[in-house]
Amino acid sequence: MANRISNVLMVGVGGQGVILASDILTLAAMHAGFDAKKSEIHGMSQRGGSVFSHIRFGKKVWSPTIAEGEADILFSLEEMETLRWLRFAGPRTRIICIRRQLKPAEVTEYPEGLDQALRTAAGKVEFLDPKEVVEIIGKQIYLNTAILGYMAGDLDIPEAAWQEAIRERVPEDTFEANWTAFEAGKVLPSTG
Amino acid sequence: MKKQLMSGNQAIALGAWEAGARVGTGYPGTPSTEILENLTTYPDVYTEWSVNEKVALEVGVGSSLTGAKTLVTMKHVGLNVAADPLYTSAYIGVKGGLVIVTADDPALHSSQNEQDNRNVAYAAKLPALEPSDSEEARLFTRRAFEISEEFDTPVLLRSTTRISHSMSVVNPDPAGRPETETPVFERNIKKFVMIPAYARTRHVDLEERLVRLREFAEGFELNRVEPGSKKLGIITSGISYSYAKEAYPDASFLKLGMIHPLPEALIRKFAETVEHLVVVEELDPFFELRIRAMGLEVEGKNLFPLTGELSPDGVARPLEAAGFPSSKSGLEPLDPSKTPLPPRPPQLCPGCPHHFVFQTLRDLGVTVTGDIGCYTLGALPPYLSMDTCVDMGASISVSQGIEIAEDGKSGRKTAAVIGDSTFAHSGLTGLVNAVYNKRHTLNIVLDNGTTAMTGMQPNPLSGERINGEEAFALDYQKLGEGLGIESENIKVVDAYKPDDIKTAVEGLLASERVSLLVVKGTCVILKKRRIKQRRKS
Repeated sequence: MANRISNVLMVGVGGQGVILASDILTLAAMHAGFDAKKSEIHGMSQRGGSVFSHIRFGKKVWSPTIAEGEADILFSLEEMETLRWLRFAGPRTRIICIRRQLKPAEVTEYPEGLDQALRTAAGKVEFLDPKEVVEIIGKQIYLNTAILGYMAGDLDIPEAAWQEAIRERVPEDTFEANWTAFEAGKVLPSTG
Repeated sequence: MKKQLMSGNQAIALGAWEAGARVGTGYPGTPSTEILENLTTYPDVYTEWSVNEKVALEVGVGSSLTGAKTLVTMKHVGLNVAADPLYTSAYIGVKGGLVIVTADDPALHSSQNEQDNRNVAYAAKLPALEPSDSEEARLFTRRAFEISEEFDTPVLLRSTTRISHSMSVVNPDPAGRPETETPVFERNIKKFVMIPAYARTRHVDLEERLVRLREFAEGFELNRVEPGSKKLGIITSGISYSYAKEAYPDASFLKLGMIHPLPEALIRKFAETVEHLVVVEELDPFFELRIRAMGLEVEGKNLFPLTGELSPDGVARPLEAAGFPSSKSGLEPLDPSKTPLPPRPPQLCPGCPHHFVFQTLRDLGVTVTGDIGCYTLGALPPYLSMDTCVDMGASISVSQGIEIAEDGKSGRKTAAVIGDSTFAHSGLTGLVNAVYNKRHTLNIVLDNGTTAMTGMQPNPLSGERINGEEAFALDYQKLGEGLGIESENIKVVDAYKPDDIKTAVEGLLASERVSLLVVKGTCVILKKRRIKQRRKS
């Protein structure tokens, strides 16, 4: 097995569930038999600040953080944050962006034209409309699980490993609903 | 237990438990907090949040000298607070293994400075280990306990934010941990009582111990040569090893698991086998200076910065410029710089109980000395109502200094703002000083019922211990009176009643006496958590 490393960068704003989603992905990779690492920062930066989680897996992973330009997937829960973390993406990166705008403190107007700027800088971006997704999956709280399902096709992780990881990290009585959301996520509609 | 995904902090707790630790003490501080929180979940180990790091280490020295293996945890600046017992505990040594974790914070993700505590290992003459991932964090903690008992010395275990908070695969020891008996303190006056006559002897012993540790380091299995290309030889440790290995998997490596004292012969031998010797280390040139002192030619801080964290790119870029192509894919990173983005700084949570007090202080135009916690965010817009923040407890004492220097000539009043946990940690002594030296500062405790910044740890004012059991909660009124503050100058107000806060602040400032104002309002995150727990039960 060549040491091909998968790199996923998840970004968003404190409180959006980046850390739980990245936990599930990293665990799933471990259950799939890969060496897996993830890196994020707790503490001061969590208080409504920009939040990120680097996830890396493969035969042997050294750095817990991704090198610039080398993310396979950049998954962002917030539009502006997608741009903020764009330097970790390169020409081959799949960029998934939830259409959601959260104003930073002390900003009265959310900057306009970010999706155009994003397209100009990145070429192809897959935008997901959170309202549409929630309509399909039923509940807001399963949104991140659904998006894990959405990106799962690109990740070499078998279904059983995903199941095990989700089971370990979500409340027991929500596993079925989370799994349904994950399955539904695989075929979510996006706009380019 | 099968393999698990663990943070470095979880793995340190597991390692300590596997080693047979019976006692764990510490004070919360990012990025160290989760170590003790996790150790608490294991059976047969006593844990406590001590009031501060000095107390934590002293409790730890006591349990170690009795014979219990003991883990003491803190963040890098916490080790400053614990420096007094630390330096002398090096003289005394241990009975049960004593491992002290210092979790450093390069890049200041959640700290007031980015000091490099490898320097403390040197200054206190202590052996120190530094792991590179979670599995090593588990193993190195176990080895640290062994070294502690073998060499009769406390051992520092240095972590950094990226080790403590990154997750990687850990293989717990299926054997669990050895059974040990409850130890009994045995008198050993010449070893345990550091009066000058005995301490002089112990200092000689300490220097001899360091010589033995240096010899040990030469053959220590965690100091590892990984032969590779002769063109580039990298000496490194900790997270820097992971970054360097990522960028230069084919280079020759000397990976130092023990970062003090250094194995000189091993370093010399390694240096002979490579054409270019480079030290990759974050922050200070700790290895570099010592390797230069050996008379070896080495590169380091001429390539890498003295500040912040490294990264795979941070290692590769300067070395590529120096003519060493890295393993990087060469994919050009996308460039978002054409679209300037507003920053997204952290802020007080919506509904935070600290909101009104900062608004009041801003409107009254007082000089505000601040302290360490979420509420340090009161320095940022929209409040801009904090003028200083130095270290734990400094709000109360710095305000006295300002008052003394101004001598009442500025017409501005000074107020100190401090959180409940920080007040218990080291605010009390400053308050005694204020009363004793006839100051008239206003001291405001923002009591949100928890140590919020580090993730909701109980403290001596919240009436709960680390494991959730009920505990005595300090009574502000009695405490203030006991310290000599007049009863009418001690007030407790509701954090959500801005008029009450304003009246109290104005009244106490006008009193021209040392005063204590407690602004009480439960942290909103803690409130939410409690509601969740209630629903569950």
